Amino acid sequence: MPLYHNEDQAMLADTAGQFMSEEGSIAKQLRHWRDTECKDGFGHDFWKQFAELGFTGVLVAEDDGGLGMGHVEAGIVLEEIGRNLTPSPFLTSSVVAATALAQANDDLRGRYLPGLVSGDSVFAVAIDEGAKHRPENVACKAEKSGNGFKLTGQKDFVVHGASADMLVVAARTSGSDSDEDGITLFAVPKDASGMSHDAVRLVDSSMVTHTKFDGVELDGDAVIGEVDGGREILNKLLMAGRVGSAAEGVGVARGAMDMTVDYLKQRKQFGKLIGEFQALQHRASHLYSEVEIARAVVIKTQQLLDAGSEKADLMSSVAKAKVAKAAGLAVREGVQMHGGIGMTDEYDIGLYMKRDRALQEFMGDAYYHAGRVADMSGY
Amino acid sequence: MSDLEAFREETRAWLEANCPEEMRQPVRDEDDVCWGGRNFQFKNDAQKAWLDTCIEKGYTVPAWPKEYGGAGLNPGEAKVLREEMRRINARPPLSSFGIWMLGPALLHFGTEGQKQRFLNEIARGEIRWCQGYSEPGSGSDLVSMQTFGEDKGDHWVVNGQKIWTSYADKADWIFCLVRTDKENKYQGITFMLYDMASEGVSTKPIKLISGNSPFCETFFDDVSVPKSYGDDCPGFVGEINRGWDVAKYLLGHEREMISGADGGARTAAIGAMLKRMVGDLDPVLRAELAMFDVDALAYTAMGEKFLDEVKVGKAHPAQPNMMKYAGTELNKRRHELMMAAGGSRALEWDSEETRGGAPSRNWLRTKANSIEGGTSEVMLNVISKRILDLPGA
Repeated sequence: MPLYHNEDQAMLADTAGQFMSEEGSIAKQLRHWRDTECKDGFGHDFWKQFAELGFTGVLVAEDDGGLGMGHVEAGIVLEEIGRNLTPSPFLTSSVVAATALAQANDDLRGRYLPGLVSGDSVFAVAIDEGAKHRPENVACKAEKSGNGFKLTGQKDFVVHGASADMLVVAARTSGSDSDEDGITLFAVPKDASGMSHDAVRLVDSSMVTHTKFDGVELDGDAVIGEVDGGREILNKLLMAGRVGSAAEGVGVARGAMDMTVDYLKQRKQFGKLIGEFQALQHRASHLYSEVEIARAVVIKTQQLLDAGSEKADLMSSVAKAKVAKAAGLAVREGVQMHGGIGMTDEYDIGLYMKRDRALQEFMGDAYYHAGRVADMSGY
Repeated sequence: MSDLEAFREETRAWLEANCPEEMRQPVRDEDDVCWGGRNFQFKNDAQKAWLDTCIEKGYTVPAWPKEYGGAGLNPGEAKVLREEMRRINARPPLSSFGIWMLGPALLHFGTEGQKQRFLNEIARGEIRWCQGYSEPGSGSDLVSMQTFGEDKGDHWVVNGQKIWTSYADKADWIFCLVRTDKENKYQGITFMLYDMASEGVSTKPIKLISGNSPFCETFFDDVSVPKSYGDDCPGFVGEINRGWDVAKYLLGHEREMISGADGGARTAAIGAMLKRMVGDLDPVLRAELAMFDVDALAYTAMGEKFLDEVKVGKAHPAQPNMMKYAGTELNKRRHELMMAAGGSRALEWDSEETRGGAPSRNWLRTKANSIEGGTSEVMLNVISKRILDLPGA
């Protein structure tokens, strides 16, 4: 398959781009919710508009009421989200959680997917334990209890944990913390008894929770997939999360880069437009090159993932790491080339830097994923 | 089964039956490359057999039309052939500046007569071409070149000097930028084609820091260049005095070639290979290798995307400059890391174990990648001007 968007995908990009730049703009969404100290970090009415456009169900099978599209299409929406810094649960609910739920039995899919697609219920994912992404280790425990399970432990960096209706939780049902097997995924109602959510605001104004499970009672039918067989679903979820956050990262990088290149064409110093200075031209051109390469590896990986290729796992880490490096460069160069105003809250470039920082950590940063590339390559 | 899948199966079977075992190993260095030409010495029978088989099939230039020696493959088929060859590490049957540079220029600007003659010669590996562009006083500022062709009616008399002429001492013919109007900088250059065996042509290899001499100084002393080689076959490409258009077009292809956009060794991941070669890696080197492999695998995807877009005219016309910049900087970094992993063994200059100092000579050779065909700094200038549209660039 050629590595560019086909006509349908290009149309989707137009639709998503227009919607996000108009309705999802920084002024209308990110700044609005931040400045009103919204506890959810996004607008629910706005999220319903996502649903009306069909975006919420982009990865959900047509039989389950979704659009039955792939990661290329989800990535198109995510790139526009990144470019406009649009706060929404799209990545966590419609991409990551939806990927896990697709592996659930008919009963669970029938129970949860209609709400996910209609936008009436929002899903969060509870994977990380501690400040760094280490999904190989799962310490959070789900012990057999009667016909169900009792969940104990803590999850961190649960994005939209407090505003979500449901959480997808990875827990250990057998073995020790670092075992490959013995993991089970659960669909857990946010307000189940024994759960507590310590909500915190992050540097990018997104809302996350430290979520504690203190003997949370779960029915057996809360299990997504098979008991002790959750690793495979978890891996799918993680791949979707990496590629999805990489796509959003490309949007962040391109948004920051475009804004910066525009600024170079407007700002005058020493009687010249600063874009005339070769010192800045070369840095901007290097940045362009890095961002182009990041875009390429993201679409390549999306296609591999959609084709069910074995290479998707390795390439999802390559994509996440490459985007992290390129987007990091974009926001740092963006603030520096804007000079003093780049440091002001009034200008948007700093918001890109903040969002990039949070996205770097979501689903693992460049160091984690480069290490994973080395491990998987056998050195 | 789709047409492409059928083509893939057919190609796989054809390669299995026709590609000699010896030709299924990655190219290690220049010595493994088949350049063709009047004086080429085949390294072994397999190299010759592989070339002959591919000539017959049109696979030395698979995407060129059949009447010019190609196989007439469409972009999708050409990509499948590339993928299938890479899968078994099949070496290119023929490498040449005729294939990478002059050929595309002739396909775009050439007359039917020129195409019939020169493209077929290139496809069959009969004539090895070299490129006369740079001059001692005209490097990055190429258009300031002075080599002059005096109009003598049915021919020119060419005088001047070129430099960095790759393999001029081994080439049969040259495509050469010659000034034919001293008053007009950009519209005073003609893109000439002539035989290196012509009287008055001499070459002098330049010894590089690698100890090898892939480049020459090339001197023209009253060289007579015909304006025509027969019916519909002029001795120049495009129009007289409009050779700069051809030169620029060809530079895009040269930059694409140097960029390694078509995948292969220059852009491959190296961590696992180096681990096998040297055993334990220092942890910090391992980390740098991991970061390199991320960049290399991402760049490989970029190369694939770039070629896909070029085929359908979606690529920005200045994108080869970005590819050249990123690809050559990557290749230089690759060899720095290979030297670091190789340690003192990689320093050996003439030992048998290193095949005559291949690691260090190759490492030094890569330093030219970001100079030849336009420096990295020139590439960044072009990106600034043509892609980012920055003022005054």
